[in-house]
Amino acid sequence: MHILKFITAGSVDDGKSTLIGRLLYDSKSILADQLEAIEKQSKNVAEGEIDLAILTDGLRAEREQGITIDVAHKYFSTDKRKFIIADTPGHIQYTRNMVTGASNSDLAIILIDARKGVSEQTRRHSIIISLLKIPYVLVAINKMDLVNFSKEVYDNIVEEYKTVQQQLDLKQILFVPISALAGDNIVDKSNQMPWYKGEPLLHILENVPVNSDVNITHGRFPVQWVIRPQTEELHDYRGYAGRITSGIFKKGDVVTIAPSGLSTTIKAIETNNTEVEEAFSPQSVVIHLTDDIDVSRGDTIVNKENPPIITQDIEMILCWMDSKPLEVGSKYIIQHYARQTRCVIKDIEYRLNVNTFEKEQNVQSIQLNDVCKVTVKTAAPMVVDSYAKLRTNGGAILIDETSYVTVGACIIQ
Amino acid sequence: MDKYRLDYLEQLESEAIYIMREVAAQFEKPALLFSGGKDSITLVRLAEKAFRPGKFPFPLVHIDTGHNFPETIKYRDNYVKSIGETLIVRYVEDTIKSKKMTEPKGKFASRNGLQTYTLLDTIEEFKFDACIGGARRDEEKARAKERIFSVRDEFGQWDPKRQRPELWNIYNGKIHKGENVRVFPISNWTELDVWTYIQKENIPLPGIYFSHDRKCVLTKENQLVAVSDFIQIDESDTIITKRVRYRTVGDMTCTAAVESEASTIDDIVKEIKISRISERGETRIDDKVSEAAMEDRKKGGYF
Repeated sequence: MHILKFITAGSVDDGKSTLIGRLLYDSKSILADQLEAIEKQSKNVAEGEIDLAILTDGLRAEREQGITIDVAHKYFSTDKRKFIIADTPGHIQYTRNMVTGASNSDLAIILIDARKGVSEQTRRHSIIISLLKIPYVLVAINKMDLVNFSKEVYDNIVEEYKTVQQQLDLKQILFVPISALAGDNIVDKSNQMPWYKGEPLLHILENVPVNSDVNITHGRFPVQWVIRPQTEELHDYRGYAGRITSGIFKKGDVVTIAPSGLSTTIKAIETNNTEVEEAFSPQSVVIHLTDDIDVSRGDTIVNKENPPIITQDIEMILCWMDSKPLEVGSKYIIQHYARQTRCVIKDIEYRLNVNTFEKEQNVQSIQLNDVCKVTVKTAAPMVVDSYAKLRTNGGAILIDETSYVTVGACIIQ
Repeated sequence: MDKYRLDYLEQLESEAIYIMREVAAQFEKPALLFSGGKDSITLVRLAEKAFRPGKFPFPLVHIDTGHNFPETIKYRDNYVKSIGETLIVRYVEDTIKSKKMTEPKGKFASRNGLQTYTLLDTIEEFKFDACIGGARRDEEKARAKERIFSVRDEFGQWDPKRQRPELWNIYNGKIHKGENVRVFPISNWTELDVWTYIQKENIPLPGIYFSHDRKCVLTKENQLVAVSDFIQIDESDTIITKRVRYRTVGDMTCTAAVESEASTIDDIVKEIKISRISERGETRIDDKVSEAAMEDRKKGGYF
């Protein structure tokens, strides 16, 4: 069995939390005591209807305001698959939390209110989904019950969204008309919309390919930790512990240590405390090398073929997440998996207008929730790939040097 | 292609090992909080996978309320000895005495709240900068909001409105002096995942997880609380002997038993699969205080 991680994105009242509640409820993942607690709280909401949104709004402040502030993770499974849902906030001020949820997802559900059509937030969320290269997008046109299950309304929104899709170059995309509140086209096909020929939402989630972007050609192994027991019987044991982020490594492979460029051979690979002939992503393993060379945390062991880029000048799309603005000349800590160094912002090429998708030039400072393209210079060489080519080695974060808060999501070009 | 794909449990395992190693590398004085419950036992197995044949780069720490099941404590000591690692135990009893604290009174008076003080004192005593814990997001709705690396201020407080963004699997463990990070490697595991893993790995567990006969008080909420010196038994109480097991292991005062015939791990996995009640809902008396009981405790420094 495999896991599908997905996010739900949409505007404030598009019914995200209700959709998740519906999925959990209809797949029988809400347990009796949880349901009882929801029913107790729902009484003053609507007559007789239980408020499924209560399930995901786990914080007091969220329940008070009726909004989602931070990502809630929910888990459910069917006979076919396990699902991890990241329920992300719709409000613009919590965009950074949406990026947090989106960065690890295989699929995104974008909810659109059938009465309102494509909104500013739909565009903003779509742009983030496209930047983060989430492989699949499922556009769920919700509240169909409030537009009399009209095919015409649905068709118009599909057309409207297709322009967004083209502008953003979103590739694998599906549309489904639903009513999260009433349960139409969620688990079973709706009788109300015989004109819809596709499958219900859960069926799509169960069948969309997972790990379709798994890479078996670009071996990358960032060293996290060196295991050296230094006991009598394990005197010479020196194992490099880490997780293979992409590709395959085999015993006997000639590999390069990046960024130093030294070359050596894999002597042994261990996983589960036993030796294996080969290992692949995303396995956590221990690698032994033939030569006694300098390798430590922050180094990456890579295949001879398809080498990464080793550079101190990095062009990146940046999602800015701090209330303190970013300017040319600002310095930060950059963390790329196990490697950390300092960096300085050299140039702001443009800011992306998330509504018009226009690239705005001559921008002096970047504000909270802005998306921009920048060039940075790092204090030490970095071992990276373009995010578009290799999602697992193309992301990095910026950390404020004094507050230590994560302030930027870097998508390396 | 399928040759190069991991099963879901292997994926979760690999992620947890990766997180453990990040903790070892990013912090100077980490610790692993070990209670002898199934979740922290799972953490220990994952630590073995992450660091063997080396020793763990952190001690195991138990905050002992004094209200534990004796079976758990026995298991704890034996298990730690069998894996050859260091265990630090600090007692809530000592905190109560040294700080002249008031113990909660009442029928099932629990030291669960006081535990936080001992934990914070222990963190200060050893200057721990990271504590690995076995909390899972599926347990409770405030926990569903947690990051993998959860930064706490010098009072141990969680501020859910100001959590750091956590992107891809890049974990930012940079903190100021006095702050600490709580790390949850099995955040993405469900209760069933933990049991399936214990089954797959054949991990030994304390006996109270398996079906046994026990004298219990039947509470007004129809929960079965073990008869012990730590609870107040009134004449009007009904005491019954039932065939039970524990689905979670907390204190004797705040954990309820469930009626069960499950005497092997296989039986338990079967039982969990068809259960229609959540583990905390079925067994935890402390969560029932209010809608935000867990959120409030976490803000105060609890896990």
